[in-house]
Amino acid sequence: MKRGPAFYAQLGFTLFVCAFLIAPVILSILAGVTVNYQSGVQSGFTLRWVYAVWDGYRDTIFLSIGISLACLAGTLILGIPAAYALAKRQNAFSRALEELLVMPVAVPGLATALALIVTYGGVGGFRTSWVFILVGHILFTLPFMVRSVLAVLSAIDLKTLEEGAASLGATFWQRFFHVVLPNCRGGILAGSLMVVTLSMGEFNMTWLLHTPLTKTLPVGLADAYASLRLEIGSAYTLVFFLMIVPLLVALQWLGQARPTKFVAEDE
Amino acid sequence: MNRDGHRLTLLLLPAGIFFGAFFLLPLAQLFHIGLTGKEGWGAYTAILTDRNYFSSLLSTLGLAAITTVVTLMVSGLAGVFLQRNRFPGNGALVAMLTFPLAFPGVVIGFMVIMLAGRQGLIGDISRFLTGDKIVFAYSMAGLFMGYVYFSIPRTILTVMAAAEKLDPKLEEAARSLGASTWHVVVDVIIPGLKPAFISAGAICFATAMGAFGTAFTLATRINVLPMVIYTEFTLEANIAMAAALSFVLGAVTWVVLAVARTAAGSTVAAAG
Amino acid sequence: MTETMKPLAITLTGCAKTFADGTKALEPLDLAINAGETVVLLGPSGCGKTTTLRIIAGLEQPDAGGKVMFDGEGVTPLSIEKRNVGMVFQSYALFPNMSVAENIGYGLRLRKTPTEALRARVGEMLAMMRIEKLADRRIDQLSGGQRQRVALARALAVRPRALLLDEPLTALDAKLRDALRIEIDELLRRLGITAVYVTHDQAEAMALGDRIVVMEHGKVAQIGTPRDIYQRPATLFVADFIGTMNRVQGRVANGGFVTAAGTIPWAGAPAHITEAMFRPQDISLAEGGDAHLRGTIAAAFFLGDRTRLAVNVGGEKPLILETGTRRDFKHGETVGLRIDPHGLLSL
Repeated sequence: MKRGPAFYAQLGFTLFVCAFLIAPVILSILAGVTVNYQSGVQSGFTLRWVYAVWDGYRDTIFLSIGISLACLAGTLILGIPAAYALAKRQNAFSRALEELLVMPVAVPGLATALALIVTYGGVGGFRTSWVFILVGHILFTLPFMVRSVLAVLSAIDLKTLEEGAASLGATFWQRFFHVVLPNCRGGILAGSLMVVTLSMGEFNMTWLLHTPLTKTLPVGLADAYASLRLEIGSAYTLVFFLMIVPLLVALQWLGQARPTKFVAEDE
Repeated sequence: MNRDGHRLTLLLLPAGIFFGAFFLLPLAQLFHIGLTGKEGWGAYTAILTDRNYFSSLLSTLGLAAITTVVTLMVSGLAGVFLQRNRFPGNGALVAMLTFPLAFPGVVIGFMVIMLAGRQGLIGDISRFLTGDKIVFAYSMAGLFMGYVYFSIPRTILTVMAAAEKLDPKLEEAARSLGASTWHVVVDVIIPGLKPAFISAGAICFATAMGAFGTAFTLATRINVLPMVIYTEFTLEANIAMAAALSFVLGAVTWVVLAVARTAAGSTVAAAG
Repeated sequence: MTETMKPLAITLTGCAKTFADGTKALEPLDLAINAGETVVLLGPSGCGKTTTLRIIAGLEQPDAGGKVMFDGEGVTPLSIEKRNVGMVFQSYALFPNMSVAENIGYGLRLRKTPTEALRARVGEMLAMMRIEKLADRRIDQLSGGQRQRVALARALAVRPRALLLDEPLTALDAKLRDALRIEIDELLRRLGITAVYVTHDQAEAMALGDRIVVMEHGKVAQIGTPRDIYQRPATLFVADFIGTMNRVQGRVANGGFVTAAGTIPWAGAPAHITEAMFRPQDISLAEGGDAHLRGTIAAAFFLGDRTRLAVNVGGEKPLILETGTRRDFKHGETVGLRIDPHGLLSL
């Protein structure tokens, strides 16, 4: 292919956008392991700031992991059956529910969090426990699980597969566990990665939902950015990157692997 | 298979109950609380009648609109380019461009500080070039940069997916009829990508309307609605006003998404 | 083969089907399928044939009043998983999450068949369909023809009381379709199983059916053996749908059928008819006094071993015939036609 000036102009532009996105990531990683960022990398590398983060914010890391896993469990339990029911049933009620499920994504997290606080803020034990945050996270991430599973379910010929299983004697639940679930594995996996990643990074709601005893990682990050030196903020960000990068890589890998289709193609 | 119908309803029930209890009911309560302030219904119209709130609304809308337009142009160019040209390093570029996909708002804010903050890269470069240190992270411009940063990865993904599905035969047909490159772009490529642009643009817009973490990290003084709501709630303790404002903000955002979805003709992919 | 089950007789009485949106898919239908016979439901799309099959299967419930009986025993309220019928789908419906062997063994697994017996039965089925080599393949690694063999093996593995096939060959290309059709025919005869076979392809119906049920607009147009239906169609629709039927208008006079293009000798013609029908193979080209009708050639298609002619005789449509002569035909050329009196039909 002949590559004219137009190609190089676009390539240059794309590289510029790329630099815009990646430069601050690299800078913050560097800052997190530099003795003094102000005087530059010449001041030497250190893990001091990372240790400081570990000492000061360890709890937020564990809480975030815990909440994101609980959130995953919640979205699996609520989301997969819902997605299946939505895929099987197309009527006014199911469409309305589908629409409704997306609302917590469209409505700003701040509004949802306020709504939760004004409704359940008075329930003492609930308000002060991490479960309060969990509820917000499930609201926000559930649509991603449902969509992801629903996308796979609508891509396969679910009806015929189930009829095939039924003709061999499978009951409703046998069909669900033997045929439906195994065939939307891809969607469940993609949805799960998305849910964990989003829950790990959720801030808009969490900032209002948290209490001093239930600080998540992003809440701790905001804290550190506001009150501590740049190096500690950077080191903390570095820790965050280390936690979500594997998830993001897995998501990208999953996005590239084309799902095998259930369609008849002939020799 | 009527029994199956009951079972399906049963499967929808947990999600339905959860949503009813923790989303619909609280939203109704939020709406109700919005009425309990001394302004009564006035709290809901205050966003239009109170000069401060109205100016926040305008600047929030303006910021969201500009963010959307710029993000679409940048991602459209880069996305179509990456989809249509295969060259060594293409995959790496795509990976880098989509890497910040799931950064939370606070981290985005920090990225803006790394670029345009007091110890940022842009300041260093500008001081080296002109002797003047440019710092704009803690302002509306910084917020704008943050929102564009946040929106580029997911918009590029949407554009690339749509560009992949464009039928190359349409373009060949246009060329066979004598269309120039410019006409191919205007008459074939852009119309083909329109649904993707609309859905990705709607998400950009909604995010820029409601995001809070970035503004929070950069400065509490930026005059956008989420910050105003936060201030009303925490500093002024005017819960009724905060409730009314956030209800209006939620409604406006939701309406924009719903309109975009109708316009795009297909479901706007959910994204946060 | 170890298929020693007693074949099943299936009876439908008054089975109608109205869908939720108000579409009437099936008018009240009575149908008796004898034990061990192969009945083909034939008709264009939307004629109700698939709905009928799905009612037999238990995938659809007939409207109130309809009854499905297996060997005289009512099964109407039972859903498909309790009816023990084998079903083969047009899109195969093989489970992508299971290997070929797992697919075939799935029904046995549900019946809690002991591992050894299950394995033996699956092996037997693989051998019967000659797909032993594919046992461990994934479904997406199979061709269409292989998939349909697996689907048949899976349906038969559980020793169903009847085999229901919903356009099983439609998704395959023509050559493969012919090969598999012969195989299915042989299989059904060997097993002696009651089979209901849905298709829109009349050649398939003629080849496979002990009896054919021709359906149109949710109603049965005719039930009969392939020979009955071909030679004595009950309605115009059946006459046109099965094979090619020529029709020429005229009236009966003096032991013949008089048309604008000549007179066809027909001794026993019913006096009132205004249309005579005959198949392409009952027409031959004839010269001079041997010809009954004269017409002009509207189109000629050289097919290699024969030539198909469309001859205009002043009727609504040209007559279609085929001839093995080697000569060339020219558009507009006048030819004489002779009709075999044994092939003459009327409605």
